Amino acid sequence: MPTPVLEAPDRAPEPKKSGPVGGGLLDPRQMLRSLPDALKKLNPVTLWRNPVMFIVEIGAVFTTVLAVLDPSFFAWAIVIWLWLTVVFANLAEAVAEGRGKAQAATLRKAKTDTQARRLKSSTSTEWEAVGAPELQQGDYVVVEAGEIIPGDGDVVEGIASVDESAITGESAPVIRESGGDRSAVTGGTKVLSDKIIVQITQKPGESFIDRMIALVEGANRQKTPNEIALNILLAALTVIFLVATVTMQPLAIYSKLINPGVADSLALDANGVTGVVLVSLLVCLIPTTIGALLSAIGIAGMDRLVQRNVLAMSGRAVEAAGDVSTLLLDKTGTITLGNRQAGEFVPVAGVSEAELAEAAQLSSLADETPEGRSIVVFAKQQYGLRERQPGELAHAEWVPFTAQTRMSGVDLDGREVRKGAATAVMKWVRDHGGHPTEEVGHLVDGISGSGGTPLVVAEKGRVLGVIHLKDVVKQGMRERFDEMRRMGIRTVMITGDNPLTAKAIADEAGVDDFLAEATPEDKLALIKKEQEGGRLVAMTGDGTNDAPALAQSDVGVAMNTGTSAAKEAGNMVDLDSNPTKLIEIVEIGKQLLITRGALTTFSIANDIAKYFAIIPAMFAAVYPGLDALNVMRLASPQSAILSAVVFNALVIIALIPLALRGVRYRPSSASKLLSRNLYVYGLGGIVAPFVGIKLIDLLIQFLPGMS
Amino acid sequence: MSTTAAGLIFIVSLIAALALLHKPFGDYMYRVYSGARHNRLERGVYRLLGVRADTEQSWPVYARSLLAFSVISILVVYGIQRLQDKLPLSLGMKPVTDHIAWNTAISFVTNTNWQAYSGESTMGHLTQMAALAVQNFVSAAVGMAVAIALVRGFARRKSGTIGNFWVDLVRGTIRILLPIAFVGALVLVSGGLIQNFSGVHEVTTLTGGAQSITGGPVASQEVIKELGTNGGGFYNVNSAHPFENATSWTNWFEIFLILVIPFSLPRTFGKMVGQVRQGYAIVAVMGVIALTSVLLTNLFELGGHATVPQAVGAAMEGKEVRFGVANSATFASATTLTSTGAVDSFHDSYTPFGGMMTLFNMMLGEVAPGGVGAGLYGMLILAVITVFVAGLMVGRTPEYLGKKIGAREIKLASLYFLVTPALVLIGTASAMGSAEQRAGMLNSGPHGLSEVLYAFTSASNNNGSAFGGLTVNTPWYDVALGLCMVFGRFLPIILVLALAGSLAAQAPVPEGAGTLPTHRPQFVGMVVGVTIILVALTFLPALALGPIAEGLS
Repeated sequence: MPTPVLEAPDRAPEPKKSGPVGGGLLDPRQMLRSLPDALKKLNPVTLWRNPVMFIVEIGAVFTTVLAVLDPSFFAWAIVIWLWLTVVFANLAEAVAEGRGKAQAATLRKAKTDTQARRLKSSTSTEWEAVGAPELQQGDYVVVEAGEIIPGDGDVVEGIASVDESAITGESAPVIRESGGDRSAVTGGTKVLSDKIIVQITQKPGESFIDRMIALVEGANRQKTPNEIALNILLAALTVIFLVATVTMQPLAIYSKLINPGVADSLALDANGVTGVVLVSLLVCLIPTTIGALLSAIGIAGMDRLVQRNVLAMSGRAVEAAGDVSTLLLDKTGTITLGNRQAGEFVPVAGVSEAELAEAAQLSSLADETPEGRSIVVFAKQQYGLRERQPGELAHAEWVPFTAQTRMSGVDLDGREVRKGAATAVMKWVRDHGGHPTEEVGHLVDGISGSGGTPLVVAEKGRVLGVIHLKDVVKQGMRERFDEMRRMGIRTVMITGDNPLTAKAIADEAGVDDFLAEATPEDKLALIKKEQEGGRLVAMTGDGTNDAPALAQSDVGVAMNTGTSAAKEAGNMVDLDSNPTKLIEIVEIGKQLLITRGALTTFSIANDIAKYFAIIPAMFAAVYPGLDALNVMRLASPQSAILSAVVFNALVIIALIPLALRGVRYRPSSASKLLSRNLYVYGLGGIVAPFVGIKLIDLLIQFLPGMS
Repeated sequence: MSTTAAGLIFIVSLIAALALLHKPFGDYMYRVYSGARHNRLERGVYRLLGVRADTEQSWPVYARSLLAFSVISILVVYGIQRLQDKLPLSLGMKPVTDHIAWNTAISFVTNTNWQAYSGESTMGHLTQMAALAVQNFVSAAVGMAVAIALVRGFARRKSGTIGNFWVDLVRGTIRILLPIAFVGALVLVSGGLIQNFSGVHEVTTLTGGAQSITGGPVASQEVIKELGTNGGGFYNVNSAHPFENATSWTNWFEIFLILVIPFSLPRTFGKMVGQVRQGYAIVAVMGVIALTSVLLTNLFELGGHATVPQAVGAAMEGKEVRFGVANSATFASATTLTSTGAVDSFHDSYTPFGGMMTLFNMMLGEVAPGGVGAGLYGMLILAVITVFVAGLMVGRTPEYLGKKIGAREIKLASLYFLVTPALVLIGTASAMGSAEQRAGMLNSGPHGLSEVLYAFTSASNNNGSAFGGLTVNTPWYDVALGLCMVFGRFLPIILVLALAGSLAAQAPVPEGAGTLPTHRPQFVGMVVGVTIILVALTFLPALALGPIAEGLS
C-alpha cells in the first residue's frame, strides 16, 4: 500500500493574532451568561482568595449597613457602585472561565455518548459493543466513517480522515494512519471516511479529553509563581492604602474640630470623614483594576494556548515560556521541510544530464520514500520526464528500497539500474566488475560538504552520476529567527546530520547555533548546560527517546502524534503537532506577563486622578484652599466621589476584553517594548481617569442629591 | 552677588565635589569591603570580640550578630546616661531621666539621633564621647554593612552566605569613617569649630544678660555627625550653633560630609556587581530626586516670602544670618534627603511648601541619597519593586541584575516598603487622636498637624531632625517615637538581610536582548517615578491636611 505523502506545513505559520483568539469585542451576551456565576462568586469563602476584591466586598457590606442606618441618595448610589465593583471583578473571572466551560461542555458530550466496537483480539474481525468508559489499555476497537473514536490510542490498521474539531476546534479534517508519525488518535474525535483499527493506550477515565476538560475548566487552577508574587505586591499596596485611609481619620477629626464654623456634610462631620466616603476613597486607591482582572488574565492566557491547540499542563509552564532564552528546534519538520528533496543531478564526465535523469527516475520508481518520490518529481519538473508507473513497463523487475540494501532500482531487459547511498551503490558497482573513478568520490564529498545528501546512480558496472538531495528550509524561518534574536532568544538547531551538513543548514536558516550528530544524551546534556548558565530552555519532541530531554527542559512541548512517553514528559502538548508553534507559545507566555504588568501599572497610575477628585471633595469645606486641587472642576463633593467610584468600577468592565485578549505584543527588544507599554499604560493610566471621571461627573451632577 | 546666584554656586560646587570623589571613594570602599586581608588593628579587635573574621555568615547569622550588637549598644548607651553622675567628665550633670535615656539610646543606636534632650544641659563630656559619638561611628558602619550585604546578595552566585557582620562593621569604622572623621575634624577646627574639654563658661552678653556656654569636643563629634548621617548635635540648636557650624564655608563642608558616603556607595555597588553602569543608574536616580528637591525647597523658601516680609526680615525666621535663606534651604534638603537630621535652621519656620519638602524627603524613605548604607539599600528595594512591575511589561518574569524577583523577594521588598509608612501614619494618627498629645503642639491648625507628622516621619525614617515646635520630651512621645525608631530601623534591616540571603542563593540569569536594561535613562526615570508616586499616594491625605492645607490657604 503506498504511503500517502502527508502535507508537511511548508512554511512557518503566521502567528494568529486575531481570529478565534479574539474575545476582543465586548460581547454583552457572554457577560450576561456569566452573570449568575459572577454573583455566586460574591461568597466571601471563595472571594477571600482575592484580597483586593475581598476588601472591596467588606467595604460594600459596611457601607450598606451605614446606608440602611442613615439613608441618602448619595450613600445608596455609592453602595450600589461598590457592589457593582465586586460583581464586575467576578464577572471578569466568570467570563474567562465561561469560555473554557463552554468548551468543556462540548468535550464532555463527546465523551459520554460514545459507544465502542471492541474487537475480540487484534487479529479477529468479530466485535462487541461496549461503552467507551469500559475500554481498557491495549483493547482494539474498530471505527468507521461517521463514528466517534471511543478513546485515545494508536491506529494499527488503516487510514482515515478524522474530524478533530471537538478538541482542536479546527473543522478541516486530518489524516490519521497506521505507522509513521500520525498514528495517534484522540477519543471524542470523529472518523469522516474509511475505517481504522485503533489500539487503546489510555487508562479508563484518564483520557486526553478528561485532562482537557479539567484544564479548560480551570476548576482547580493553581496560581502561578509570578501571579503569587504579583498578588503579594497588590496585597501590600492594599495594606498601605488601608493604613493611609484609616489613619487619616484622627487627622480629619482634628481638622474639623479646629474649624468649628464649618457645617457637617455628607463627606465630613464631627466624627471625621463619613464611613461611606472613607470606604469610597479606600476602594478607589487599592489596586482594584488589576486585582479584578488578575485571575482572568491567567485563565485567558491558558485559553489562548488552547485556542492555538496547545494544552499547557500547568500555568507555570506558560509563564516559563515567556522567560525562555534558548529554543531547541529539531531540524527536520521544524526548520526544514520534513524530507530532503532532489535538487540537482550531477553526471560524471561522459554522461549527459538527461541520461542521468532518466536513469535516476527509472531507478526511483520503486522507491516509495519521500526522497525517492522527490527524485521522480524533480526529473519531471526539470527534464520533462513523464512519471512512469511500475506496471507499464513489461519485464521489469523492480528492486524496492529497503533500509538494509539502501538501494532501489530496476532490472529491465538486461539493463540494471540502481540508485542509493554512495557506499551501497559503489559496492554494487564493484561487485559487478566496475571501478568507480575518483571523480565520483569527489562529487560525493562535495555534496556532503555542502550539507546535501549524495545518492549515487549507476548502471551495471559504471557510475552515471550523483543526485544531490537537499534540505529545504521552510519559508519565513529566517525572519522568525531574527525576531527571536530581537526578543533575546537564542535558537539552537538539533540534528542528526554531521557537523558540516548541520552548519550549512544552520547558516541558511539563520539559527544561532546547532548541535550536530545529536543523540538523546547530547540533547539532554545541552539542556543541562544551558540551564546551568541560568537560561530557560524550550524544546519540542515526539519520540520516546526525547522524553528525558522534554522532562528536563523548562518548556517541553510534546507533539500530539508523539508517543505517550513524550506526552507524559513534556508540560505542553501541541494538538496540531506543529513544532514551529513553540515560537508562538513563547509569545503567548510573554503576552501574559506583559498584560499583567501593563494593567498593574495602569491601576496604580489611576490613583493620582482619584486623589485629585476625592481629597478636595472631603476637605475643601474645612480648608477652602484645597479646592485648588479640584483640577477637574467637578461639580460637587458628592458627584466627585461618586464619579471616582463609578469610574473605578467601569474601568474593570472596559478592560475585561483587554485582559482576555492580552495586550498587543510585537516581538522587539525589551527597551522598545517597555517604552511603548509605559507610554500606553503608564501615561495613559495617569490621563485616562482625569478624562473619565470628568465625563462621568458631567452626567451624574444632574442626579438628585449631587449638589 | 544675588542670593540666587550665590545659592546656585553653592549647589553646583557641591555637585562638582561629589562627582569628583564619587569614583575614587566608591572604588576605595569597594576594596575595603571586598579585600581578604585584615590589618593589625582589625585583628586585634576581632580577638577582643572573639569573632572568627574569616568565616562567612548566612543571612540569619548576620542578622543575629547585628541585632545582638545593637541591643548591647542600646544597653551601654542607656547605662552611661543613667550613671553619668558617677562617671568622670560629667560636668556635674544629673543622671538622664529614664524615658529620655531610653529614647536617646535608641535614637543613637538606630542612626536616628532624635534628640529629646538639650545636649549642653543634659549630657556630660563622657556621655557625649563614649556613648553618643561611638554610636555615631558604629551605627553608621552598621548601615553600610547592611547595604554591602544586600549588594553581595546581588553579586554572589548560589551562595549560602552574605559576608561577615563583624568584619563589615569593623572595616567600615576603621578604614572608612575614622580616617575621614580625623581629617574632617581638623578641617572643621580650622574653620572655627571648637575642640576642648572645658566646662561651662558664664558670660555676660552685650545687652548685659547672663549666658552659660559649654565648651567640649565639638569638632570631632560634628564631623561624624554629618559623615555618618547621624545628626545628633552637641548643642541643642545643632548646626545652627556657631561652635558647631561657624561659617557659610563650614556649612558647605558639613553638607558635603553628609552626602559624600551616600553618593559614593552606588559606585561601590556597581563595582561589586561587576557593572559600574548599574551604579551610575542608581546614583542618577538619587541625583535626580535630590536635585529636584533641593531646587524646589530653595524655590519655595526664596520665593515664598514676598517683598514685604523680606524687607522686615521675616524671611529669615528660623534661619541663621550667616547662612542666609538659600544655603539653609540646601542644608535642610540634604539633611532630610539623607537620614542625618542635623539642622542649621528651623524647619518649623519654613514656608508651608518648603517645610513639606523636608517632610516629603523623609517620606521617600530617605533614599536620595539616604543615610549611609540605608539609602543604598532603600533605593535598591525600590529598584526591585520597579523591576517587578516593569519587568512584567517586557514579557519576562522580573529579574534585577540577573536575580529573579519571585514571590519571596517581592514579599520581603513589599514588607520593607510597608514598615515605615505604617509607623509614620499610625504614630501620627495615635498622637492626633489624643487631646493630651495634641497639647504638645506649639501651633494649632494644619501647622500643628505638620509638627506631629514631622516628628513621626523623622523618627520612623531614622532621620532625627525635628520640625521644632512640638514638645516631645514627655514620656508618651519618648516611648512612641522610640518604638518608631527601633522598628523603623531594625525591621527593614532584617527584611533587607533576608532578601540578600534569598538573592545570594540564586544562580544569576544571563543578560540578553529580552532582559530589561536597568542602566538606561528609561529605567532611571521609572525608579524616580515609582518612588515619588508610591510615596505621594501613601502620604497625600496626611500632607493635604497639614502643609498643603496651610500652603493653599
